[in-house]
Amino acid sequence: MTDLPVEEMSFEQAMAELERVVGQLERGDVPLEDSIALYERGAALKKRCETKLKEAEEKVAAITLDGNGQPKGTTPVEGL
Amino acid sequence: MPAWLRFPLARRRARVGQITDGAYMSDLIDDPQPGQNLPEFTVAEISGAVKRTLEDQFSRVRVRGEVGRVFTARSGHLYYDIKDDKNVLACTTWKGQVSRLSVVPEEGLEVVVTGRLTAFGGQSKYNMNVEEVAVAGKGALMALLEKRKAQLQAEGLFEQSRKRPLPYLPEIIGVVTSPSGAVIRDILHRLRDRFPRKVLIWPVAVQGEACAREVANAIDGFNLLTPGGALPRPDLLIVARGGGSIEDLWGFNEEIVARAAARSEIPLISAVGHETDTTLIDYVSDRRAPTPTAAAEMAVPVRMELLAWVGEQQTRLVRALSARVDQRGQRLRDLGRALRRPETLLEGPQQRYDLMSDRLPTALMRGVERRRVALSEASGSLRPGLLARMLGQDQRRISNSADRLAPALQRAALAKREALGRRADRLTPRVIERDIAQGRDRLEALTRRLKDAGTRQTTAPRDRLEALMRLHETLGYKATLKRGYAVVYGDGGQVVGTKAAAEAAAGLEIEFADGKFKIGGTTRKSATKPKPPEQGSLF
Repeated sequence: MTDLPVEEMSFEQAMAELERVVGQLERGDVPLEDSIALYERGAALKKRCETKLKEAEEKVAAITLDGNGQPKGTTPVEGL
Repeated sequence: MPAWLRFPLARRRARVGQITDGAYMSDLIDDPQPGQNLPEFTVAEISGAVKRTLEDQFSRVRVRGEVGRVFTARSGHLYYDIKDDKNVLACTTWKGQVSRLSVVPEEGLEVVVTGRLTAFGGQSKYNMNVEEVAVAGKGALMALLEKRKAQLQAEGLFEQSRKRPLPYLPEIIGVVTSPSGAVIRDILHRLRDRFPRKVLIWPVAVQGEACAREVANAIDGFNLLTPGGALPRPDLLIVARGGGSIEDLWGFNEEIVARAAARSEIPLISAVGHETDTTLIDYVSDRRAPTPTAAAEMAVPVRMELLAWVGEQQTRLVRALSARVDQRGQRLRDLGRALRRPETLLEGPQQRYDLMSDRLPTALMRGVERRRVALSEASGSLRPGLLARMLGQDQRRISNSADRLAPALQRAALAKREALGRRADRLTPRVIERDIAQGRDRLEALTRRLKDAGTRQTTAPRDRLEALMRLHETLGYKATLKRGYAVVYGDGGQVVGTKAAAEAAAGLEIEFADGKFKIGGTTRKSATKPKPPEQGSLF
């Protein structure tokens, strides 16, 4: 079990942890009290995953370069 | 004649066209007489003329050959030779031109160089200023590519261990490609289908001489961005280009591009050309996508699938928990059923208690009763008469015994007395007396015999003794002494029988019949009476 708070987990970490929690709960080898704590953790991880999935926002920008080929800003790219 | 002069002079000669080789040379060198009808050049003039001629005639030529020795001067200018099996052409590319070369000349590379010929009067040399270098033919390009591959592989840049895993869900994707064209559109479309993300496009030329430099610069540039900055650093890079000829894709075979990709800290997907085209960057990238679309697929997972997965996890979570609760509830009920009712727990003991508490009072009474019976049984037979009877019996036994006691004693005494009488009869003093009388008689007889024997035994010796005594008296020297003889002893007590001995003795003692007489000395005996000479032999 990773010590990272659920809110700081990447999608992949939250996903792996959720899978582990579900598996553990399904195996049923945890005491009932722990099962409930485990369920709550699973719910939090699921929420985290959903949040990350809802962040599916598309934003495309092109980098603008100065005379030396160094980036100086971005311009939004539309219509591609 | 130096090789480098041959060609321009030949041209010059062709233009002059009036004189033969030999005449011209002999006129020019051997006989430079004033007044001849030939123009006279200064060195500067002829140098300038040669330079002009060369530059006019060969202002833009393409020359094919193999690159020979390459030398980059400290000034940044590039000097190299293009050669065939016999000839060499000196080439120069100025510093400002070098960066525009699509292919930097390498020794052994078959190239076609484009530029103009010129001369350098200061050294009487001509050379070619090259503006463009192109690899000559596909075979040569492939050979160059193989050479670079071998070199980078030897450096370990293709190692699988160098390849980093791609992030599962990158937040920002940096794309290095042309901002216009199908490639970026394909990538964006596929990203949109799967999982819309933030995309930063770094526009580059994807072919031509600027391509390699710009692509390398873009890869490095993305790596230099700071995560979460105004220009946020991507967590995944895609370097993409559509299909094209090997020459079109050549920029991605350049070492600077491969090295930029290799040192990129951001995981990098290369997607250059079609599936069959493999460029140098593909070997060093972390993943190689056959097409730009495939690169987009590698970059992000499918959002809908993930949402479904999350939903499924949610379902499993709920099901697992409720299953756990149900399972435990069931188990509880099972266990509860197995648990006996509390009242039944007490039934047995209660029953035993009742039984016992019933029996307790009667048990006491019964116990007392039983003892009372025993007591009365015992006390019933306990009467004075019984005791008296028992005493009577004992008394009778005693008196009985007592009655028998005295007669028994008398009887016993009588018997003993009779036995004594019998023995006493045999005990009389007569026998002893007789024995004594006999003993006495024997004693007296023996005493008489003893006296007689004693007398008999002493008489004869005494007689003999008396005879001997008488003989002794008559024969002894003492009797001789009585007849007037004397015995002489020395002072030592020894008998002195000779005159010599008497003279030798210190003192003499003489024994007479009535005593001893001492003469001289200190000797005890003084008898000097000479012994008779036969005295000794007499005894």
